[in-house]
Amino acid sequence: MITKKEVQHIAKLARISLSEKEIEKFSADLNKVLGYIEVLKSVDTEGVEPLAQVTGLENVFRDDRAHPSDVTEAIIKNAPDQRGRFIRVKGVFE
Amino acid sequence: MDKLLHTSLKEMRAGLDRKDFSALELTRQFLARIKKFEPKLHAFVTVTEEEALKTAKEADELIGKGESWALTGIPFAAKDLFSTAGIRTTASSKILENFVPVYDATVITKLRDQRAIMLGKTNLDQFAHGSSTETSYFGPSHNPWDTTRIPGGSSGGSTAAVAAGLAPFALATETGGSIRQPSALCGVSGWKPTYGRVSRYGVIAMTSSTDSIGTVARSVEDLVITAEAIAGKDDRDATTSAAPVKQWSQFLKRDLKGIRVGVPKEYFIDGIEPDTEKRIKEAIEQVRALGATISSVSLPMTAYGSMVYAIVTPSEISSNLSRYDGIRYGYVSETASDLFEIYGKTRDEGFGDEAKRRIMTGTYALSAGYRDAYYLKAQKVRRLLVNEFKHVFDKVDILLCPSSPNVAPKLGGAADNPLFGYIADQLNIPGALAGLPALSVPCGFGKPADGAVVDLPVGLQIIGPQWGEENIFRVGYAYQQVTDWHKAKPKGFE
Repeated sequence: MITKKEVQHIAKLARISLSEKEIEKFSADLNKVLGYIEVLKSVDTEGVEPLAQVTGLENVFRDDRAHPSDVTEAIIKNAPDQRGRFIRVKGVFE
Repeated sequence: MDKLLHTSLKEMRAGLDRKDFSALELTRQFLARIKKFEPKLHAFVTVTEEEALKTAKEADELIGKGESWALTGIPFAAKDLFSTAGIRTTASSKILENFVPVYDATVITKLRDQRAIMLGKTNLDQFAHGSSTETSYFGPSHNPWDTTRIPGGSSGGSTAAVAAGLAPFALATETGGSIRQPSALCGVSGWKPTYGRVSRYGVIAMTSSTDSIGTVARSVEDLVITAEAIAGKDDRDATTSAAPVKQWSQFLKRDLKGIRVGVPKEYFIDGIEPDTEKRIKEAIEQVRALGATISSVSLPMTAYGSMVYAIVTPSEISSNLSRYDGIRYGYVSETASDLFEIYGKTRDEGFGDEAKRRIMTGTYALSAGYRDAYYLKAQKVRRLLVNEFKHVFDKVDILLCPSSPNVAPKLGGAADNPLFGYIADQLNIPGALAGLPALSVPCGFGKPADGAVVDLPVGLQIIGPQWGEENIFRVGYAYQQVTDWHKAKPKGFE
């Protein structure tokens, strides 16, 4: 069983400010999901390497070349808060 | 003019090149149909009429000069998960409600270079999390065969649009069933490619280890044309294979002599609807009659597929969705007073329940102390599942099974069930985790388990080995030469 306190901790790690009601809801939901996957523990995986990818491709390289780009303004325009050529953020340090 | 709705892409190509009709006329016709039927279906998030008409004129100029490719002047719709420069791309979410990308996804560029004509962006489950389109911030799409039912998902807007004749084909994406399941429920043909066969560059990421880009259309013959247009290596997506794209159209034949078909017994699960089971078994007999040999095979790991997926997918989602922070683009909370609150409140207000649930599940599965028990355990079981497919494909060329254990359910079933998607897609997820290519093709109609007296489409799933597109296309094509299920049209959308 996953506790409300754990859900609060996960929400903090995930950077989601959940309301008290949501903490309740997601505690129940997460326990449902974890209950569903419980059976997986019974599968014998002794000596099995965890799989990371299925393509079989390794060390895919491409030429490291600069390309002209004219999207700077459009990118900055997408930011919710901006000043001139900069994206504005709240202070990181107190 | 409306008769053109039911013509194949090949016939459209021929008609455009002969100047029987122009790309502009064709585009206007589909735009008019969207206007007429969209209120019933809600298949689209954004209709791009102005851009479509402009591209149509460019296509007509090219055709006038005798320069055309397979899809020049042919309209299509794109799931609203594909970045489109200058056209808002929402992932059907609040957090990206007003997001306007600065570049096109590679697949969009490829179609645009041919002057295929984008009609608009189709609805999906928010961030493609779901199997019903009900998690869309903009509300669900409706199934044209019965508008009180879901079209399936997450590519439900794309499949509803194609089924209702609002677009001759559509771009879609699949992570674990999101092309095959809605294709089955809407009675259209859908292609989920081998993982790495089509570039994902510019497509909003969900689960990077299984995300695949494919298409839905009205026949396998049409799917092959769209597949040849979008497949291939892309320097901007390191998972794309350098193996040359085969001319799959050359593998299409009317018979299936020499094809070895496996029928995995674990795919006929408890709870499969009786009509669905009957239709699939009838389809298998028709494939046999075309010259294929049929044998029963066993894939015992199938039962664990959805559980592996229920860990791997949220884990990768929690990582991929960490980029939505209210700083660089997208929605930002107006009540946040410091940096932590900008992240926290923006993400709480900007994401829907399903996205939050998956981010939370994934964050938990990857967090200190739980990674071994959940994430690594799942990836070990996933390897066993992949190996099992490899062994079976030593003995058979393709697998035949249902695309979905049921026909389209009523709207409203997904809302309060955190396991809805994992159960709805249990017959698609194992193949997705292994990166296998597959089709869903219409194979008849069945009554739903809820007792309603309504005939709804059933989808036959054709799974191939990794990079084995040619045989799934060949089997799907041959099957459609002797059946008419893919030509059936929903009433009221003529």
